[in-house]
Amino acid sequence: MGSHGIKDRVAIVGMGCTSFGERFDTGLDDLLVDASNQAFASAGTNKDAVDAYWFGTAQSGMSGITLARPLQLNQKPVTRVENFCATGSEALRQAAYAVASGAYDIAMAVGAEKVKDSGYAGLNAFPVPNDGTARTLTAAAMFSMVAPAYASKYGIDEDQLRQVLARIAWKNHYNGARNPRAQFRREMSIEAICASPRVAGPLGILDCAGVADGAAAAIVVRAEDAHRFCEKPLYIKALSFVAGNGSGLIDPDYDYTHFPEVEATARDAYAQAGITDPRKELAMAEVHDCFTPTELVLMEDLGFAQRGTAWQDILDGTFDLQGDLPVNPDGGLKSFGHPVGASGLRMVFEAWLQLRGEAPEDRHIANDRTLALTHNLGGYPGEMVSFVSILGTELS
Amino acid sequence: MRGIVSAAGYVPYRRLQRSEIRDVFGSGGGKGTRSVASYDEDTTTMGTAAARLALRSVPTASVDAIWFATTAPAYLDKTNATAIHAAARLDNNAVALDLGGAIRSGVGALRIALDGSGSCLVVCADSRTGLPTSPDESAGGDAAAALLVGDEGDGSLIAEFIGAGAATDEFLDRWRTPGNDRSRSWEERFGETKYVPLGIGAWQAALKSAGIVPEDVDRVVVAGMHTRAVKALVKKLGARDGAIADDLTSSVGNPGAAQAGLLLTSALEAATPGEVIALVVLADGADVLLFRATDKISGFTPTRSIKDQIATASDLPYPKFLTWRSMVTIEPPRRPEPARVSASAAGRSEDWKFGFVGSRDRSTGALHLPPSRVSMTGSVDDMEPAPMADIDATIVTFTIDRLAYSPSPPIVFAVVDFDGGGRFPVELTDVDAADVKIGDRLEMTFRRLSSADGIHNYFWKARPKRSAGTITNSNDGVA
Repeated sequence: MGSHGIKDRVAIVGMGCTSFGERFDTGLDDLLVDASNQAFASAGTNKDAVDAYWFGTAQSGMSGITLARPLQLNQKPVTRVENFCATGSEALRQAAYAVASGAYDIAMAVGAEKVKDSGYAGLNAFPVPNDGTARTLTAAAMFSMVAPAYASKYGIDEDQLRQVLARIAWKNHYNGARNPRAQFRREMSIEAICASPRVAGPLGILDCAGVADGAAAAIVVRAEDAHRFCEKPLYIKALSFVAGNGSGLIDPDYDYTHFPEVEATARDAYAQAGITDPRKELAMAEVHDCFTPTELVLMEDLGFAQRGTAWQDILDGTFDLQGDLPVNPDGGLKSFGHPVGASGLRMVFEAWLQLRGEAPEDRHIANDRTLALTHNLGGYPGEMVSFVSILGTELS
Repeated sequence: MRGIVSAAGYVPYRRLQRSEIRDVFGSGGGKGTRSVASYDEDTTTMGTAAARLALRSVPTASVDAIWFATTAPAYLDKTNATAIHAAARLDNNAVALDLGGAIRSGVGALRIALDGSGSCLVVCADSRTGLPTSPDESAGGDAAAALLVGDEGDGSLIAEFIGAGAATDEFLDRWRTPGNDRSRSWEERFGETKYVPLGIGAWQAALKSAGIVPEDVDRVVVAGMHTRAVKALVKKLGARDGAIADDLTSSVGNPGAAQAGLLLTSALEAATPGEVIALVVLADGADVLLFRATDKISGFTPTRSIKDQIATASDLPYPKFLTWRSMVTIEPPRRPEPARVSASAAGRSEDWKFGFVGSRDRSTGALHLPPSRVSMTGSVDDMEPAPMADIDATIVTFTIDRLAYSPSPPIVFAVVDFDGGGRFPVELTDVDAADVKIGDRLEMTFRRLSSADGIHNYFWKARPKRSAGTITNSNDGVA
């Protein structure tokens, strides 16, 4: 028994990502075709050469046919996957493992979400027929409980915490402003963020991720085949995934200042990749900043900061674009937007651009490290799924 | 000999200052306050609250039947008493019946129980209103009462039923057609001329059946929607000075079919051994029921007295009252409305949904809410039922959700730890968002979360535990 990973056995050789946003004029089919075509072109291949597909969407369609039909895939195995907001990452994980197993030579992961056709702000889940006793809170409300819990545990006052959370949103807006694919491309002042209308608990509207339509795709092959497709492949160093058992909601010991599912995936991923000091070894990280307090806690759960100190690092600029460890250089969910099924692959797309020197000049990360981390979660504090990947440009 | 084994009233937390009606419309209103059911309460949930309070005073009592009377049933065709039966976790073989429609069904349920056999829980609940500025709007009230009726043989009666009188007549004083939320009434004088003689007739018949005279009656409570007739009758009963008890109309208002039960309960809460209590009700005739408090009355401690509930109240702004009563429709949150409850899913989880029963790991004590076959601490199918509805809890952390759908936003939501272990994230009710604090003490309360497709979604919320003297005023963030 054990989690062994597939370090250096599979490489990403092509990627695509649409612009994210309120794409009222673009349907799911167009998003899928656009992201897939970009990926095919980037890998110098085509849909017929890809042996198998994994399609991630939380609720924009059902079954592999939702991808097979718009792409007109001819007798291909297409699997639809769903794992809350980590759906895109799950698609990549399945495609990578399929190649690593030897079952297929070339596999593709596509993630997409058409969120903005619902007619409502925010994300809305399909109701499964039920007994009516489940919580009906918004994600914002569930995550908002993290902020006061963290502040009280580490003795930070309300105003200080407000500044820390605003700094996270400020950074992600700063980065997103330099990303032509991002939903929100405007820098926001700390003052504007602090003054935004309250949504839940202490969280204002500018503490929340953008809700967007979009799609992203990645093509994976065996590592030894990678150079047949591209000059600079991205090797998969680790893929880790955990589905929580929901016990945080009913366990009196849970204190809302950390996410055990994230800690577990980080431990597993670092072990797979052989990372011992992520803050020094990683060139960058894309993390699931669905709400500003989430990013705060993730800095500690992912081992980028000691417990109770991330807030200070955030104020010090450690995770800024030119900081010690840039976090969400593409603007994150906050500013790039969050098309649920696409987000996990969008994070990988930023690693693809940054590590291979293709990121635009004004958000280019200036360090010589070769590893990136993506972290994607779904659900709420106490009841979540978590995914961590480590990607690198060098075989070890 | 039959009589009362236990009794409890339930008065909702909110009050409307009647003067506010005139402030807004320039007419209507009056003095004092009326009680207001929360947006998440109906006659079934208020009845449940009263039933649970009544049963908590007599934890070992068995219940053979539950009779539920209201003029404002949450459902027609479907029995409402079954939800109360489920929430009170009564035996499967108990009978649960609705006596619906007329105001008189409140005292009627009590009469039938007293004339019947076995242990019978009589639950009366009502929610009264009328068009803005109407007398019914300001004079009405929302409340419930539950009285457990049983036999002397059990040695458990707090009051013996010693006599009754009745009178019936067909005449039109107050009426409402099904589906209409507004009652109508005939010119007051006509009703008065009918009610007063009917009341006197029933009064005399009751005294005769008990073999007593008016001077023997220590406490008289008079219920009736016809205020003028009630006042006129009171003067003609020949009761001793000071025997006429407060009818609670200046604080609670008149809760229709629940008024008789509420006033009798209120009298019992104040009674001393040997005291004779008369309940007089004017509704399409007259009913008089006579009781004598037993020695057991001195040992009867209400779980939460009506007096205490009247004293722990919070004013509700009149515009909120109008929206809660669907007299004014305000813009709802821009979120999808809840889907209807699945009947089969709700049926499977009856103990959880209606009884708030979780499961507890027999070996480690880990508590699962909702119940689970597999414990978070390891065991499989080694769980026992964990009834949690009567366990108090403390707020660990909380939030205000301004985006989620609620019939009365914002939602106040807390993570709470139960006394003796166990945690549950739960919506709060009967709170003002600005007053909630970590460490606040809570009790569980059975509420109607929402309705969709004509199906009411009942489940549990938590509300602050309050004691007499904490009267607060609110203007903002009423949840």
